[in-house]
Amino acid sequence: MNGTDVQPASAVPAWADALYDVLVRQDVRQVAYVPDAGHSRLIELCAGNPDMTTTVMTTEEDGIALLAGAWLGGDRGVLLMQSSGVGNCVNMFTLIENCRMPLVAIVTMRGEWGEFNPWQAQMGQATPDVLARMGVQAHRVDDPEDAAPTLDAAIRQSFDGSLASAVLLSQRLIGRKAFTEEG
Amino acid sequence: MADEPRLDRREAVARLLQDRCDLLVVAGLGSATYDCAAAGDDPRNFYLWGAMGGTAAMALGLAQAQPERPVAAITGDGDMLMGLGSLATIGAAAPANLSVIVLDNEVYGETGAQPTAIARGVSLSEVARGCGIEAMDDIRDMNALATLAGRLQLREGPLFANIKITTDEHPRVLPARDGAYLRARFREAVLGTGP
Repeated sequence: MNGTDVQPASAVPAWADALYDVLVRQDVRQVAYVPDAGHSRLIELCAGNPDMTTTVMTTEEDGIALLAGAWLGGDRGVLLMQSSGVGNCVNMFTLIENCRMPLVAIVTMRGEWGEFNPWQAQMGQATPDVLARMGVQAHRVDDPEDAAPTLDAAIRQSFDGSLASAVLLSQRLIGRKAFTEEG
Repeated sequence: MADEPRLDRREAVARLLQDRCDLLVVAGLGSATYDCAAAGDDPRNFYLWGAMGGTAAMALGLAQAQPERPVAAITGDGDMLMGLGSLATIGAAAPANLSVIVLDNEVYGETGAQPTAIARGVSLSEVARGCGIEAMDDIRDMNALATLAGRLQLREGPLFANIKITTDEHPRVLPARDGAYLRARFREAVLGTGP
């Protein structure tokens, strides 16, 4: 243990499978992402579904634009990213608000619970405020049991009401699950 | 380079959209949006007034949602440079029905004609090729433009085309700025549904 491996990519958390089931049930067709270890299971499941188009983005803001285009073409989409990516999205959030487009982002939080990398701290701490300032309603998830129902609620209110939502998966949730499975 | 022929942006865009058939367009902020509006307002044009750097990525999402229809991003070199990474994304995603068309005057026209990186020798066509996207040679005449207009319909892409245009300014033709309206009318025209 070198003290830096806080997000084992090999972990297969049950909440990720539950989130995937919600995406399928809610007819989500496009999944844009900039990878995070916490999203690896969900990305893998989505990539394996022939009814979903997964697109790896070079920056998270492009994911916002891509999902806006997807919605113009009739596809529901979600964006998977980590909290640092929320900072990259700031100006592109104006596209969503100006056009009253739906947006659902699933954000794995960094910099808030046993984070080893201090460079993650500022954006992790700022993420809820940045989202609020840019018109994105954040729903924080601390308990793995709440992940799927929270995503389901976020998708419903976003696509039914043309609103922007983010589901914040706390670092404690991601880390705790990973450690217990390793243990 | 400066003495090589260049096209007029309004004539070029008007030619591209003249026989558009089912073409869906995402227009980049600034002059590209005005050019598309000047060619004839159409609910299947989505005009960006902001979101700089996002035009090509937005067109990718649309192309993936509507694989049976041709989709074009039409934007300026400044916007394309801001979203350069989206060319890598498009190359990797390889949507057959997407064309990315850059109106390249080598300056930031909206802000006082400051030179872009293209003016110092950067080639967007070479970048696109490096990303695995088929790129036409820089377009400098109406014959090549007519070829491009035909290829937009083929859905054998992704295709990249860089059109060298003059820095001549035209009277602004301003389409609607209300994004919610543009979104709703686009979806109604393409999907037959709202909102």
